[in-house]
Amino acid sequence: MRSALWIRVTLVVGAVLLLEALCRTGVIQPVTMIPPSRMAGGLIALFQNGKVYPPLTKTMGNVATAFVLSVGVGFLLGLMIHAAPRLRRALDPWLASYYAVPFFVFYPLLIVIFGMNDLPIVVIGFLFGVVAMLLNTLNGLDRVAQVLLKTGRVLRMGPARTALQIRLPAAAPYLLTGVKLSVAYSFIGVIASEFILSGAGLGYTIAYAFNNFDNLTMYSLMLLVLLIVVAVNSVLHVWEQRMLRQRGLLRQG
Amino acid sequence: MAVATTSRADSGASRGQGLRDAVLMVVCGALVWQLLHLWAGEVALSSPAQTVTRLGALLADPDFWPNVLETATALLWALLIAGVGGLGLGTLLGVHRLSGQVAEPLLVAVYALPKITLYPLILLIFGLGMSAKVAFGAIHGIIPVTLFTLNAVRNIRPVHLKTARVMRLTPWQALRGVWVPAALPEIVTGQRIGFALTLLGVLLGEMFSSQRGLGFMIMNAIGLNDVPLIMAIALLLAVFAVLTSSGLLFLERRLGARG
Repeated sequence: MRSALWIRVTLVVGAVLLLEALCRTGVIQPVTMIPPSRMAGGLIALFQNGKVYPPLTKTMGNVATAFVLSVGVGFLLGLMIHAAPRLRRALDPWLASYYAVPFFVFYPLLIVIFGMNDLPIVVIGFLFGVVAMLLNTLNGLDRVAQVLLKTGRVLRMGPARTALQIRLPAAAPYLLTGVKLSVAYSFIGVIASEFILSGAGLGYTIAYAFNNFDNLTMYSLMLLVLLIVVAVNSVLHVWEQRMLRQRGLLRQG
Repeated sequence: MAVATTSRADSGASRGQGLRDAVLMVVCGALVWQLLHLWAGEVALSSPAQTVTRLGALLADPDFWPNVLETATALLWALLIAGVGGLGLGTLLGVHRLSGQVAEPLLVAVYALPKITLYPLILLIFGLGMSAKVAFGAIHGIIPVTLFTLNAVRNIRPVHLKTARVMRLTPWQALRGVWVPAALPEIVTGQRIGFALTLLGVLLGEMFSSQRGLGFMIMNAIGLNDVPLIMAIALLLAVFAVLTSSGLLFLERRLGARG
């Protein structure tokens, strides 16, 4: 496991250095890509002159809202659908095909319904994230041990207490997988909507820089998005692994 | 020698019931759509009947088909690259344990990345046109296909492989009798998710910068605020996506239920 980590780090560092060398020597032209060191420099400059803050706060706010909504609603819907097996069987094929439908096409309709503000973007982020949470909630609830539920019945716990004190903790590792996917999907939904359709946020700023041949800004912001997503994802990944290990569920890879 | 790795096949539901459920869900969906139409008004959302009529007119229009062909060609190439490439890459990483361990977290990180941020880079490399769309669709699809194939191959139970060795199967026999049946259900899952994401990638590519294709038509319709046209294309894409995905899901369940 340790050696895999070292190989991975070496691989990533090597790739970045190779890219740097290729860009510096002119094998990759600056109109196509700028060296990673200049991207980092550009990003630092964007933070120093403060230009990065308005789009950054806007995007992060939208992602956070979409994420919280999709986790909350996804969990509640999961609980409800889990309690109704008949409904679940009918919904199952639709849920499995859900991500095949491209939601961006509904953006104009969302604008007419919700108005020209951040809400349509949040809704798209939410639509992207909610089903991942729902599916993982169902998966987690399926794996709650019968003996725990029986213990709950013996202790005469009500449905609310059973859900809160038995189902929630027992399904937690699987819920965390749902949370992890929800973050990723909320990011994808929000940034892609900004990219194609809106007039503010990180996605828009990158698209705007692309249209103006402003490669420095474009690549600096790409680097920023990459760093944010990888950071958020690693924190959740470490948390998930720890939880799985505590419960002895970690697959020995 | 069939080996089941999933046990999700719902044995209770007969096929007739499944069909009735599907019809019921479509009717419910249309009803909700109609209510939304009444609530949001003509400008925001065309009714199901209007949309179907518009779609019929669109399908009869000869100018519409080149756009469909453009998107279909891009999708087909992207699916081919993602499907075959992901399968090969996933198998390699699954068989060679160390490279699998090295690559998996990297692949997961790229999977979570909003790949649209990389689209300008792809446009700068490939230029505007078909190849950029294909490349963008393929990078969306290839990662889930690789990840699922990797796990499918790695999770084959050692006892099955040992059995193959004990029975002195030739490599070809072992592949046909043990490896493929054991890994296939999960590989099909990967292909299904890969299909969904490849379609998304191709459409996103067409929506951001393109001169032809369904994504381009949607962007045009958004510009003109032609709501029935947007809805008609969205309906066409949704029906296509759900049908293809359901077909693959059906296949997956069949394979999973065999053991």
